Amino acid sequence: MRNLVVLGGGTAGTMIANKLQRRLDGGWTITVVDRDDEHHYQPGYLFVPFDGYTRDEIVRSRHHFIADGVRLVYDEVDRVSPDEATVHLNSGRTLSYDYLVIATGTSPRPDQTPGLLGHEWHRSIFDFYTLDGAEALAVALESFDHGRLVVHVSELPIKCPVAPLELTFLAEAWLRERGIRDQVELVYVTPLDGAFTRPVAAARLGHMLEERKIHLVTDFMVESVDADHKLLVSYDEREVPFDLLVTVPVNMGADFVARSGLGDELQYVTVDKHTFQHTTYPNIFAVGDANDIPTSKAGSVAHFAVDVFVRNFLEHVEGRPMTESFDGHANCFVEAGDDKALLIDFNYDTEPMPGKYPLPLVGPLSLLEATRVNHLGKLAFRHLYWHVLLPGHPVPLPAHMTMAGKRSPGTQTHEPINEPINEPINEEA
Amino acid sequence: MTTTTIEGRTVHVNDEGFLIDPDEWDEPLARCLASRIGIELTDEHWKAIRFLRRDYAAQGETATLRRISTVGGIPVKTLFQLFPQKPAKKLAYVAGLPKPHGCV
Repeated sequence: MRNLVVLGGGTAGTMIANKLQRRLDGGWTITVVDRDDEHHYQPGYLFVPFDGYTRDEIVRSRHHFIADGVRLVYDEVDRVSPDEATVHLNSGRTLSYDYLVIATGTSPRPDQTPGLLGHEWHRSIFDFYTLDGAEALAVALESFDHGRLVVHVSELPIKCPVAPLELTFLAEAWLRERGIRDQVELVYVTPLDGAFTRPVAAARLGHMLEERKIHLVTDFMVESVDADHKLLVSYDEREVPFDLLVTVPVNMGADFVARSGLGDELQYVTVDKHTFQHTTYPNIFAVGDANDIPTSKAGSVAHFAVDVFVRNFLEHVEGRPMTESFDGHANCFVEAGDDKALLIDFNYDTEPMPGKYPLPLVGPLSLLEATRVNHLGKLAFRHLYWHVLLPGHPVPLPAHMTMAGKRSPGTQTHEPINEPINEPINEEA
Repeated sequence: MTTTTIEGRTVHVNDEGFLIDPDEWDEPLARCLASRIGIELTDEHWKAIRFLRRDYAAQGETATLRRISTVGGIPVKTLFQLFPQKPAKKLAYVAGLPKPHGCV
């Protein structure tokens, strides 16, 4: 009997367990470990502050989505002993494995920035990547009718890197609908040098901020939050005042990853970016947000990655070489407000480009362009997530990115810096 | 990809002026690159540059500010003093390495 242990029953862990339960023969035991029985549809958090989804639309029972025959253990992971191929759980139990998959995701860590978890936490300072944070923000927004609303990203990488921009666009539309847009100053604060990381998308999204009169503060690395004076303070001693702060705290992988010596400085499991195999231990894999691959931490990446991983894993356990190679494929809906959304599609080597998706020239979804159909696509995705994706049914979207039907915008969007960073660096306040 | 001449040497650079081939870099070149962005290199600068070079050689990626701070032992605050405003970008430029991944 061979043992596969999957740590984490979220998007990646659930899909992997379900697909492998179907594909591996009877000589295997699959065990999933998670701390609780609540599976959250995390993309839904975004809509909670704006009278969108409620808790019961976002939270389902975890075990309900895990196939019969998979053993589900509710416990916390204390540490992995890779040399003994054993997982130590908080209850004192141990699980031995032949193969281990780490799918414990990434979490916002407000404790990492001094001043964040003070008396203003969930009073005038909010996160929205937790259901509690999103619900507290919904309450605060109800009574917010004037002042400075600051949306802030602490440090990259973060889970769903477009979500803070979406929240900003949704907030802007929401304030407009309530007739109080003129009383509110909207500010977007980022450690990046533009609205987003990839140049083409950054230019497009930056333009959308401008159109909406949202002030952009770049290259801002937060050192601390002064909750008494309601200020964000950067390492180079700039200050951004706020009345209401929506922050994306530093994101980190699970603490047990660091305790087990399996991760990098942010506790992400270090893996080969094409196979997800651990850099030191060939019987350990990490899939989804928990690993250190240089692409978005997002459900779409987890989905495409699981397809590649499952095919490779079946080869690997039979002693054959792994033939699939992940290309970093990500696609993300970007809510633009006013019931419209953009879609971006990219991978390790290729920028998001305009075009149609998933069918070249046909769509129906439009890349890098705000449309109502994209918005409906995003809303429909919740249903797809619960009923098709998590159970591990095939989704007719190829794991690898295609260039068909895309067009290069043909514009120079890089800062042309041959006199390198002189000018561009000194321009911000 | 274009070439540029720095102190009589021809090197390959991208459209932002970053060296494309880390092997074309050496310490005298770093001094020239630094002076182009108004920085005179002190021992403290060199400590950061040498860490970044070493770490790149081992990892194949340019270290982020967090990595320079937690693994290299140079606080982020100090990096902002040494390479004002855009320390990650400026440090990579002077060290002849690619910009750190934006980590999309």
